[in-house]
Amino acid sequence: MTQTDDTLVTVALHSVAHGRAGDKGNRLNVSVMPYDPAAYAVLAEQLTEERVLALYVHRGATSVKRYALPLLPAFNFVIEDVLEGGVNGSLNLDGHGKSNSFILLGMQVRVPEKFVRAANPAR
Amino acid sequence: MANVFRVGNCAGFSGDRVDAPGPVVDTLIELGGPCAVFFETLGERTVALAQLEKRRDPQRGYEPMLERLLEPILLRCARHGIPIIGNFGAANPPGAARVIAMLALRLGLPGLKIGVVYGDDVRERLDLKTHEVYEADTGLDMGGGEVVSANAYLSAKPMVDALKAGAQVVVTGRTGDPSLALAPLIHHFGWRYDDWARLATGATAGHLLECGAQITGGYFYDPGYKDIPDPANIGFPIAEVDADGRLVITKAARTGGLVNVQVVKEQLLYEIHDPACYITPDVTLDFSQVTIHEIGKDRVEVRGVRGGPAPQKIKATVCFDGGWMGEGEISYAGPNCLARARAAAEVLLQRLKLRKLAVEARVDLIGIASVHDGDGSARWRTYDGGEAQDIRVRLAVSARTQDDADQAAREALALYCCGPAGGGGVRWRTTQRIRTQSYLMLPGDLAPGCSVQSAAEIAA
Repeated sequence: MTQTDDTLVTVALHSVAHGRAGDKGNRLNVSVMPYDPAAYAVLAEQLTEERVLALYVHRGATSVKRYALPLLPAFNFVIEDVLEGGVNGSLNLDGHGKSNSFILLGMQVRVPEKFVRAANPAR
Repeated sequence: MANVFRVGNCAGFSGDRVDAPGPVVDTLIELGGPCAVFFETLGERTVALAQLEKRRDPQRGYEPMLERLLEPILLRCARHGIPIIGNFGAANPPGAARVIAMLALRLGLPGLKIGVVYGDDVRERLDLKTHEVYEADTGLDMGGGEVVSANAYLSAKPMVDALKAGAQVVVTGRTGDPSLALAPLIHHFGWRYDDWARLATGATAGHLLECGAQITGGYFYDPGYKDIPDPANIGFPIAEVDADGRLVITKAARTGGLVNVQVVKEQLLYEIHDPACYITPDVTLDFSQVTIHEIGKDRVEVRGVRGGPAPQKIKATVCFDGGWMGEGEISYAGPNCLARARAAAEVLLQRLKLRKLAVEARVDLIGIASVHDGDGSARWRTYDGGEAQDIRVRLAVSARTQDDADQAAREALALYCCGPAGGGGVRWRTTQRIRTQSYLMLPGDLAPGCSVQSAAEIAA
């Protein structure tokens, strides 16, 4: 079977976008940028505040606010109460939540195959 | 770009690579023209750890790697007129100035002018009962611990005043991190303190550079997806800013890493909440109209930053005694290791109950679920992904006393003989904890300033 570029595939967000997490107190922000700016619209449909919150509720998250930056293009998610006390109070090995960008990058998304970035072969 | 001023970053946190500053200074000297370098080594709670160290030894409480960071560059910076600015003063800026003065004398620079910024320590000025709590922190439990430190985020102005008075090294405690890069730009270009557009460019340069290698490919590196050259030798960043506020990000020459559009995007949004309203002590930044352009190899231009008035209130972070954390770890590997690790986790939790230790506990199964798990350990408890090969069990507890934390952590040690089978590689330790909460103060609550003296005067 041959696939066209617009065939929808289900993949981890990690193969479509990159991002970074930062902390302030008990609040985490996670940025997400598609590798291909053209993927922004399809990600805007799927990376809803509700779906992102669901990924972090086991960490105590209470709400998510999404900021859209269509010119970059990028999203910034601000996740409240997710750090179980923050860098100073948490018993988590990663009290900063620095590794938590990869929780969001593990989300399953359904996107046209042309937006999927395969890993480069090891050098 | 005409009339360019370059700002190099030499450290992005306390613990950064001590061989990073050399190539940044080499590059600035080769390029010529006016420039400065800055060190950002003071995290949200580093100042409290420094304060605890100062209690033990009043001479200390500044950045522990200070001498190692400065020794390779101090002489060259002094000879080439490159000011060095750093928040490496931490809890003791005068103590840091003394160390720098001694280093300067050793290098034959008795006339080196060292500026010390004061006024960030607000323990005597902040009233926890009446000052407003910063909104992101209202849900935190402070546990009633004693105040260890209270530091306001000072603006660029006292640093600019130190540079005006001829300081070749400026030592600060807590300031806005972007202010460290903004100060030499204000000093060089003579920007007014209400020129929001130009201040915004300078503060954005500081924001992008303040985490060092995070904008030159370091924290960006994701093998196979975001590859970078020579990751063991990442160059630290340099910003080029002109009089009209054009901003280009590049990095030290002949180093690894990279500066491209993707990495600048990641750092632009790092630790940002509303991108249209990023508050620094000097200017409020609006990134909502920013665009990022690659204009050459390892050269990226940032356009469209907008600036608004500085905030009416000043953030101050208070660190409280947070008791102690105890941690104990033990590894299980090979056949049936998942079951043995799970059993060890359950035994540890039962032991804490049997011994009636006053602790709150969490267990991780590193290799199955840890940093992404919650305090309830739901992920490894429900894991059904098949047999694992190598798992490290980690017990973490919080306690009021060091003894309770230590006794709990030692329960991991006891598993050596008490089992389950095949546990090895135990480590355990206790760590003093700090809790932070931020407050908002009014400009009139503070009295920041600076003093500038020669190395010989300070050492006398």
